[in-house]
Amino acid sequence: MKRDLALQVLKDEVEPRDIVVAVYQALFDWMAINPRDLNYMSTGAMGLGSSHGLGLALANPDRRVLVLDGDGSLLMSMGSLATIGAAAPANYYHFVFSNGVYEVNGSHPVPGGGSVDFARIAQSCGYRSVMSSTSLNHFRDEIAGFVSRPGPALADLKVEPGEPYSRDYPYIHSAEARARFRSALNSN
Amino acid sequence: MTGSPGAPADILRPDALRGSEIIGEIKKAGVEFVVALPDIVTSDGLLWPISRDPELRLLRICREDEGVAICAAMSYNDTRALLMMQQTGLMDSLNAVRAIGMDYLLPVVMMVGLQGKEEDLVPEESASYGVRITRPVLDAMGVSHSMVSGQGDAVGISRHIDRAYRQSRPHIFLIGKSPVAS
Repeated sequence: MKRDLALQVLKDEVEPRDIVVAVYQALFDWMAINPRDLNYMSTGAMGLGSSHGLGLALANPDRRVLVLDGDGSLLMSMGSLATIGAAAPANYYHFVFSNGVYEVNGSHPVPGGGSVDFARIAQSCGYRSVMSSTSLNHFRDEIAGFVSRPGPALADLKVEPGEPYSRDYPYIHSAEARARFRSALNSN
Repeated sequence: MTGSPGAPADILRPDALRGSEIIGEIKKAGVEFVVALPDIVTSDGLLWPISRDPELRLLRICREDEGVAICAAMSYNDTRALLMMQQTGLMDSLNAVRAIGMDYLLPVVMMVGLQGKEEDLVPEESASYGVRITRPVLDAMGVSHSMVSGQGDAVGISRHIDRAYRQSRPHIFLIGKSPVAS
């Protein structure tokens, strides 16, 4: 399935108070598809999106936190799955957009060739709910139920790039992006 | 004297670094979460007592840089956290400290055990390369840090944590001696 089309489906499930943590190309796609102040984009070092999401989920138990991760990013921090599973925040929803490559760094292949089964690994790490999807129709059918069940939950989505959304690195690392998020988080 | 953590002889020493004082300072600063990897310097005197303390929420992690991200993310709604690790782990997490703590100017407060430091030497005189370079590396990065090696040092911990959150900057406590479990 095309990543941007999957994000369009996900957009319909995102509620105003939800926090969305996104990384790299999934973030750039999401910024174009669903720009909102509660998008958390300053994750700093690669591989830490899932951990930023955990901190937000524990500190904001009254909000859902949706993490839009990449397979390359998650492979850098596989231990975070065990940390998240043990902490078991019910408001944590982890989407892994698996395209098998480090897309923003030249599309070089990730180790494992995209064959790593993140759903089974997450399940063994203590995630309460997991799903895998290779087709947009399946994802569309499952997503509402997936985000309504208690987390931590992980969806492993096999994707290919969609539209070539621009990569605004200066903004995602900017003080303005962080200030807008902070203001939104503390004002509603 | 090279007493082991929590040894009775240490408790009798007037300069003993007491874990209960450090924990009291952490609570005084409003820390709610302790995010930790185990460190042999602080294990008996701090981390085990913290694990049994109902006023602190302990989150055990797999790698140190996870903790940098977790603590930084928590700070967005002023939830205070303390990240504990060993000096070896500090070196492993420096890119996250660089990006999240320094580039983004977020209040990541860390407590780092100087495993390998001799009690009667300052860190820069240690036989341990990792211990010797810790403060120079932090200075080169511009990261605020302070030593906690004796009883008097614990008193300033809450003040440093308050300042880190007020100024939205990282601060690293370097634990130069095993606190006694008292």
